[in-house]
Amino acid sequence: MMDFDLTMVNWARAQFAFTAMYHWIFVPLTLGLSFLCAFFETIYVRTGDKEWRALTKFWMTLFGINFAIGVATGIILEFQFGTNWSNYSWIVGDIFGAPLAIEGLFAFFLEATFFAVMFFGWNRVSKKFHLFSTWMVAIGSNLSAIWILVANGWMQNPVGMAFNPETARFEMQSFFEVVFNPVAVSKFVHTSSSGFLFASLFVLTISCWYLLKGKHLKMARRSIIVASVFGLLSSSFVAFSGDESAYAVAQKQPMKLAAIEGLYKGETTAGLVAAGILRSDKQPGDGQDPFLIKIKIPFMLSLLANRSFTAFVPGIDDLVYGNEEQGIESTASKIAKGKKAINDLAEFKLARKDNDNQKAELALARFKENQDYMGYGYLDKPEEAVPPVAIPYYAFHIMVALGTLFPVLFAAFLFYGIKDSLTKENIKRYLLPIGLISGFLGLIAQESGWVVAEVGRQPWAIYGLLPVKASTTNLAASNIQITFFMFFVVFTLLLIAEITIMLKQISIGPEEGR
Amino acid sequence: MMNLDYATLQQLWWIICSIVGALFLFLNLVQGGQTLLWQVAKTDLEKTLVVTSLGRKWEMPFTTLVLFGGALFAAFPKFYATSFGGAYWVWMLILFSFIIQAVSYEYRKKPNNFLGSTVYELFLFINGSVGILLIGAAIGTFYTGSNFTLDLYNRVTWDYTLLGINLRGLEAAFSLFNLSLGIFLVFNARVLGAQYLLNSIDLSPTPDLESRLRKHTWNSFLIALPFLLYVVISILFMKGFNVDDAGIVSLVSSKYLSNLLAMPHLLILLLAGIVLVLYGVLLSTFKGSYKGIWFSGLGTVFVGLVVLCLPAFNNTAFYPSKLDLQSSLTIYNASSSHYTLAIMTYVAIGIPFVLGYVVYVWKLMDSKKLTKEEVTNEESY
Repeated sequence: MMDFDLTMVNWARAQFAFTAMYHWIFVPLTLGLSFLCAFFETIYVRTGDKEWRALTKFWMTLFGINFAIGVATGIILEFQFGTNWSNYSWIVGDIFGAPLAIEGLFAFFLEATFFAVMFFGWNRVSKKFHLFSTWMVAIGSNLSAIWILVANGWMQNPVGMAFNPETARFEMQSFFEVVFNPVAVSKFVHTSSSGFLFASLFVLTISCWYLLKGKHLKMARRSIIVASVFGLLSSSFVAFSGDESAYAVAQKQPMKLAAIEGLYKGETTAGLVAAGILRSDKQPGDGQDPFLIKIKIPFMLSLLANRSFTAFVPGIDDLVYGNEEQGIESTASKIAKGKKAINDLAEFKLARKDNDNQKAELALARFKENQDYMGYGYLDKPEEAVPPVAIPYYAFHIMVALGTLFPVLFAAFLFYGIKDSLTKENIKRYLLPIGLISGFLGLIAQESGWVVAEVGRQPWAIYGLLPVKASTTNLAASNIQITFFMFFVVFTLLLIAEITIMLKQISIGPEEGR
Repeated sequence: MMNLDYATLQQLWWIICSIVGALFLFLNLVQGGQTLLWQVAKTDLEKTLVVTSLGRKWEMPFTTLVLFGGALFAAFPKFYATSFGGAYWVWMLILFSFIIQAVSYEYRKKPNNFLGSTVYELFLFINGSVGILLIGAAIGTFYTGSNFTLDLYNRVTWDYTLLGINLRGLEAAFSLFNLSLGIFLVFNARVLGAQYLLNSIDLSPTPDLESRLRKHTWNSFLIALPFLLYVVISILFMKGFNVDDAGIVSLVSSKYLSNLLAMPHLLILLLAGIVLVLYGVLLSTFKGSYKGIWFSGLGTVFVGLVVLCLPAFNNTAFYPSKLDLQSSLTIYNASSSHYTLAIMTYVAIGIPFVLGYVVYVWKLMDSKKLTKEEVTNEESY
């Protein structure tokens, strides 16, 4: 049995959360702005209009500033798996490493190679090749999203592998299953289209600022029209894939679904909480109503989770304490089986080491009975299987509320943009201020989405198989504390630099900016 | 690929990782150029030329490093877990030096850049010096060994304490051999950086820059040479980590010399590499040539390949443990499963394609030299 240094585990957790959320400020912008730049440049190449060229170059400048810090904050994520989570890296490296390597080979090189052409090739390559390069950067960025989300999707819903007791690790059985994991597919569509949406909001924010200042009016209007079309289209993908993601979560991660809905007691014909405030002292199994106040939409949760109005949706209490009627096993029973599996595996390993094959075979046979529960064996008590409910609950509801607002906003901007009435007094007073803050709202929605996905996954690193606390490196907490603050200081300095540079470039505007 | 036997795939993947690593050492011309910046560029124009020329390539070594990490993770996860988790501080400091590099080109000359251009130049210098030195030290441990043990579940325990502090890999920099390899790489990168800049910039309006670049090619080479010789001679005579038929690891005298003799193609590659580096340097320094980079660059790739392959083949543990010889990693006990290696080998068919377009775009972008007019009128860093 392992002893866990929970201080170290939590610092490692904090470091991952911090670096991932930080990285995620820049990545969705890269995903979407790269395509927006490609759209702008395509219009320039087709029309030959120099103003579109200036517009393209302006957005590319902002793209470049953002891209650099995205790259800087990204490298640490790849290597952090090794430095802070070496046990994880060994146990699932056979599956998890492949998408990361493929991402590096096929996506990052595409980005890196054509990025140089995009920025410095205006007079070195033909117009068409330049346009091609801009598209390649966009495709490369989004290819990288595919592979990293295949990796992440696998953590949420591990498929296509088997545990090998000889090596004490999981080994890949089907690459096809890993890549076409339904969770990974819906996650990719949801994440990348939400990135497009966020980048479109970013363009709205800056364009609205110009309109309110009465500067670069033509460029701002053009940018708004293109971004609104892109944002509107992306919104529909976000909505559909969001529904698909919720369904996948319900099927594969029922505990996460229960947490994001604050559902403690399972229900048939379950309603969806549209808004509500959670009771702060609510504990699993205490029988209290988890909500102080709430507004529910009847039947909708059953529909969302199971595509049926009358289906049973398990709550946290059902999952922790079991529900015989619905055939749900209690976590306590899973923990007991898991502990047996861990002991039998240990016996097997020792017998193998001592070359006692008969004893090894017996231990292996016993291990196989319970091996699917091994991850539960690391939990100390059933309640440990519950994520911190309030965080994913509020994050989810903020994300959905904002996600509902955005398409309306894009539609309004598109309508008034085409009518060329963005500079009318009424629009200036009511619509443009909302547009001005929309980028910040988009960022909140982005980060909330990741919080739902990752906090909702707790306590697991690999859902149901390997808890976070069993994934770490054998390392004194002080090491991670020091690197945490190193990251904190460096990243904060870089963020300030990024923002001041970007603000300056925005105030310079498209004509003089490079 | 499924038909290839397991050992063949394991060997193939070590070679692939070594090629990526060796290409990284060549692309460190960017890092070398970064440490030369303050010495070779005296005027603003010279500085802009140097930084812009390097800035068009900075993502290449960066991306190659990321790929190197990813390929090792996928193909040799036990090495990835043991080394990155174990030698924590070496890798963390290397990563920091790359984090600060990544923003520096883009932000250095932008107005309102908060930290000021000198700080970004310092970031570039740190990346090219400390970063490469530590990479050299980390590679050095393939020969000198590390201080870890693995338990039955392959969990790593690292044990090297100084004044009560577990150094977690930093002790790699205390070995003269590791340090020499690191210093060699730093100065070899400077040789490559100077040669690359000679090749990529139109130096006719800045003759002083040209003469400084030629001077520094030679000076850096002269500093790199004794460290290279020390490393090579040490390799020939040092004890190495041999794996016998039963998988038992033991220290054997002149192990790497016998590896070289058992694998004469590596010996040839090593000698060819050194000759090519030298030839390139002579071209750049004494012949007024702008093509030295291609010879020294290819030579660096050859030497890099030998450095990475020599401790991995011929029954040798490539990531040996000094503390517990039997915890040492070989390409056979550290690799992914047969299935995963086979899948990754299908993936690797894409490598020549990627290499192809990288080279194509590089040639396309560098077909005209970087001119004074270009950096003053158009895009520059």
